[in-house]
Amino acid sequence: MKMHEGGISIWFFIGVSLLVNGVLITGAGVWELIHPPTPDKQVVLFQYHTNVWWGALLLVLGLIYCLKYSPSRKV
Amino acid sequence: MIALMVPSSPTTLVHLSAVDIAIIVFYFALVLAIGLYLRRRANTGEDFFMAGREMTAWIAGLSFLSANLGSLELMGWAAAAYQYGILAAHWYWIGAIPAMLFLGIVMMPFYYISKTHSVPGYLKLRFGESSRALSAISFALMTVFMSGINMYSMALVMKVVLGWDIHFSIWVSSITVAVYVALGGLRSAIFNEVLQFFLIWAGALLIPILGLVEAGGWSNLRLQIAHNASAEYTHLWSTLGNFKDNPMGIHWTGIVFGLGAIISFGYWTTDFLVVQRVLSAKDLRAAKMAPIIGAAFKMLVPFIVILPGLLGLAVLSVKLTGETTAVATGGHSYNEVLPLMLARYCGPGLLGLGITALIAGFMSGMAGNVSAFTTVWTYDIYRALLKKNESDAHYVSMGRWSTVVGVIISIGTAYLVMDFKSIMDYVQALFSFFIAPLYGTVLLGMLWKRATAAGGFWGLLAGTLSSIGMWAWVKVDPSALRYVALSPNARDMAENMYRALWCWIVCVVVTVVVSYMTKPKSDAELSGLVYGVTAIPHEAPVPVYHRPAFWAVVVAVAFIIVNILLW
Repeated sequence: MKMHEGGISIWFFIGVSLLVNGVLITGAGVWELIHPPTPDKQVVLFQYHTNVWWGALLLVLGLIYCLKYSPSRKV
Repeated sequence: MIALMVPSSPTTLVHLSAVDIAIIVFYFALVLAIGLYLRRRANTGEDFFMAGREMTAWIAGLSFLSANLGSLELMGWAAAAYQYGILAAHWYWIGAIPAMLFLGIVMMPFYYISKTHSVPGYLKLRFGESSRALSAISFALMTVFMSGINMYSMALVMKVVLGWDIHFSIWVSSITVAVYVALGGLRSAIFNEVLQFFLIWAGALLIPILGLVEAGGWSNLRLQIAHNASAEYTHLWSTLGNFKDNPMGIHWTGIVFGLGAIISFGYWTTDFLVVQRVLSAKDLRAAKMAPIIGAAFKMLVPFIVILPGLLGLAVLSVKLTGETTAVATGGHSYNEVLPLMLARYCGPGLLGLGITALIAGFMSGMAGNVSAFTTVWTYDIYRALLKKNESDAHYVSMGRWSTVVGVIISIGTAYLVMDFKSIMDYVQALFSFFIAPLYGTVLLGMLWKRATAAGGFWGLLAGTLSSIGMWAWVKVDPSALRYVALSPNARDMAENMYRALWCWIVCVVVTVVVSYMTKPKSDAELSGLVYGVTAIPHEAPVPVYHRPAFWAVVVAVAFIIVNILLW
């Protein structure tokens, strides 16, 4: 699945993107859990804490892609 | 110039937190890093313009779809869904799926075997230099207009959502695209398009999920839309028997024959913006599978585009209006429905990802236009008409420079389209000018060996001029709508559908008549270009589930089922 021999796979870049976004979003979600905003500043359906579980999902997916398509790993 | 770079902050829908800004900045850094990384892989013409022809079916397929996921897909069609209801989904299903499958199964072998660099390049091989010049020039014009529309749409979102100065958004996004495409060529564009595909889904998928939770499921959503707007808004076909019975003012013949048979086939099979991605496939099987993979995901796109528009009808407390009314009253326009839904559900972090998804959509569409423009300009205009026998390195250099120039021209068009009342209708008009006749010419060229060079050229020219003529006729005399669109009740969308149909018929009729009056090429000259005189390589003996035809049938069955369910 590499674009060219010896090059970094496209899927590795995607993994990095998902991983970094996952970390940032989960972190923001956990911060909101600890310091919840006032009700007038909460988004609709705030009680589901979407940024925690969605961020965690991206983080896990990103980690899998990074490990599977790591440039240091031989295909 | 300094003033351009300082974002202003008037009224905004949302305020970004530090983590949101970090996510957006990271996205820009990553796409630029990809462009820099791929710079050393874009030294030859084949590398720069065709990405080395080494893409797998998945990469080519996702890129094929992502290049189409520009601003019009995300913001424009969410707005159209709010305005016209679920009828907007026709542009994703009957307006895309049959054409994408047809490209993969029927047309791709001819594009691929001919080893052309572009669609105008195919016309050169099949019909000669004059047809190539005509289609290359019209395509280049259309492409920079489209790119300008993309830029304008993104700047509009940034202004509405974040309060950023519209000029700041245009310049930052366009410079980023210019850098990564000029450095890495088509490979860089494709790489980023696949990345953008993932970001678009990651950022946009939550809106329909949370929206359906809030609305209480699909059944309750339909009830709320029936209450707030009309029950017609959730029916795909049953209201199309009469122009007056549906919000779009269109008849089913316009959807089936204008959109389904002409505009979509024209776009998905001859618009080089999307076809270029498939031409980069590593072999014929990958080239055939790529549009089918794209079609499978295209079926799902309404979930993140049309559904948010419908949800807006149900859950938003404000009533959205047209752009003119919104500006006059200080309210929100249809075009703001997606950002409004984003702001409704997405807190810190998710908001940054959602905004990144919008930016990614805009940039993938813009990069698609720019890379296609660069190839057509360099190979089909510059090399064909201006400098024929230069070195490969010279043309690569021209490709890099034309990327920058193409972006600058697009910026100019972005400022032009600011004055148009409806982005979508304007784009549909452009399609019917150039794409519908081109489809007639390419189709006859591939499937009818009797079509001649003169027939191809005059048919293409007559089709294009007739389309522009009909458009001008209705502009000068609005009552002409009853002839062009078959009803005085037809609206802009319907007019575009019918105009595309008529100009395609003009193109085909003129091509056939002129071809019978002129001498055809021999079978030997047409080998590799036309059905019936081309040996299509047999696929290696592979299990049925590895065959493009099998997956095309699967997607076609899903397409039929979804249309029946939402009838």
